[in-house]
Amino acid sequence: MFETSELNVHNQRVQRLYRTLFLMMTLLLIIPVLLILGTLIVKGGSVISIDFLFTSPTDGMTAGGLFPALFGTVWLVAVALLISVPLGIAAAIYLSEYAGENWFTRIINLAIINLAGVPSIVHALFGVGAFVLFFKFGTSILAASLTLAIMTLPVVIVATRESLTAVPHAFREACWNMGATRWQTIRRVVLPNAVSGILTGVILEVSRTSGETAPIMFTGAVFFTPFLPQSVFDQTMAMSLHLFVVSTQVPGVPEDLPYGVALVLIAMVLIMNSVSIAFRMYLRGKKKW
Amino acid sequence: MVAAVQNAAGAPAGVADDAPVKLEVRDLTIRYGNDAALSNVSLSIREHEIFGIIGPANAGKTSFLKTLNRMDMFNSNMRVNGDILFNGLDIRRLKNVYALRSRIGVVFPLPVGLPMTIYDNVALSPRLSGMKNKADLDIIVERCLTRAALWDEVKDRLTSLGSLLSGGQQQRLTIARALSQEPEVLMLDEFSIAVDPVTTMRIEDVLKELKQEMTIILVTNLVQQARRLASRTAFFLNGECVEIGETEDLFTGEVKDPRTRDYIEGRFG
Repeated sequence: MFETSELNVHNQRVQRLYRTLFLMMTLLLIIPVLLILGTLIVKGGSVISIDFLFTSPTDGMTAGGLFPALFGTVWLVAVALLISVPLGIAAAIYLSEYAGENWFTRIINLAIINLAGVPSIVHALFGVGAFVLFFKFGTSILAASLTLAIMTLPVVIVATRESLTAVPHAFREACWNMGATRWQTIRRVVLPNAVSGILTGVILEVSRTSGETAPIMFTGAVFFTPFLPQSVFDQTMAMSLHLFVVSTQVPGVPEDLPYGVALVLIAMVLIMNSVSIAFRMYLRGKKKW
Repeated sequence: MVAAVQNAAGAPAGVADDAPVKLEVRDLTIRYGNDAALSNVSLSIREHEIFGIIGPANAGKTSFLKTLNRMDMFNSNMRVNGDILFNGLDIRRLKNVYALRSRIGVVFPLPVGLPMTIYDNVALSPRLSGMKNKADLDIIVERCLTRAALWDEVKDRLTSLGSLLSGGQQQRLTIARALSQEPEVLMLDEFSIAVDPVTTMRIEDVLKELKQEMTIILVTNLVQQARRLASRTAFFLNGECVEIGETEDLFTGEVKDPRTRDYIEGRFG
């Protein structure tokens, strides 16, 4: 009764074919990642040193380190997160836990989708108009971070909404049935189980924010400054802009320097991501249903 | 207050006719959009009775329960007409629905172990109402788990996740959680659907004890379960309350409507 028919053979052959195909595609994805990392390490690894990380550029930016840029990027990302994470999470909670399905929420949804689709250079111009000029923040960390925050807001909102929606509705009903208010339900049952998903959104935001160049180059980041920023109203150097500058704008830069800068930028993002991922896995280990 | 008395045979004893009315429903009609889920139901449930509601799927049983603790508020498509009096107060005009819900414990067909520790599951409701003292919470958790016949199985692992218990254990956890509200009314919606027969019998024994302290509304699609537990039973069919009577009368054929007899004897549904 288990003899193999013509059709069985055919089905299994097709199945193997597709499996191989999907495997190839997956491997194909890894190649660029490995190539990028490999190139950066081979070509830029030689310049990495403690001095490179903790000194300023010298000799018209053709030598020395990148500390002001590293420091500036950390500032920019931190301030952008401080603005967009509370805002994005609050908006997502409202949209997924409180708002009904009506024209108002549909318009907001549309706005979020459109915001996600706006090119970063347009965000940059908006940032100049709104924050630098209208609010008179000048070219400063605050203006640049606000621009970055608005640009990455959809990422936080969408990720948060998805992780809130992933919490089974029965949990909310069980809580409401006990006489809990919506907020009590959100705080005690929904949020603790959505944290890991929300964190994913924040990770994505960190990666994107630290790499963006266009939104900050007119709003807060500068070509070169010997001073570290003292407050959010100062200008600053930033890794992404620094990379652009040493690769294309300054003559006489040794070939390995830009690669070194890129390597540090990538490493920074990878380290931040790994920390968040580890934290997320720790949280996920605690949640199960 | 009239205490319910268990007779020697273990069959549910009736509650005296003059027992105070806990819940009174008058001309209740529930619609989803334009479709009526339940039409013109009037009934009253007395204190300390187990009131059974039987009927096939789509009879309006669950919708009925939802209106009793105003969960219909969360479904904008659900329209409710009629009066519901809880302790004589009209809950349709109630502002503080949270206080109403905290007096009514609910157990769903599918167990809902919240993804927190067993302890936190049971302590959730007291905490929601502001209790913080660990010693007080400990007492409540132990008492409720004991009454839900779960304590012995979980007392050594109160810090493990409630959502990882087996189905039957989760259902008893759900009951313990409902009891932690110290409810005046306990509503069970087909609680045994995901529970094995042995656990079902244990929970039924628990319910028989509990009715001395609270009023129980038991929605079930197992007619024999209604017979074992309920002193009075209503039969719902396609959004209509066909008949309400003493449970034993329904099962001994003293029915007003032949459809009741047909359903109880298993000719349909």
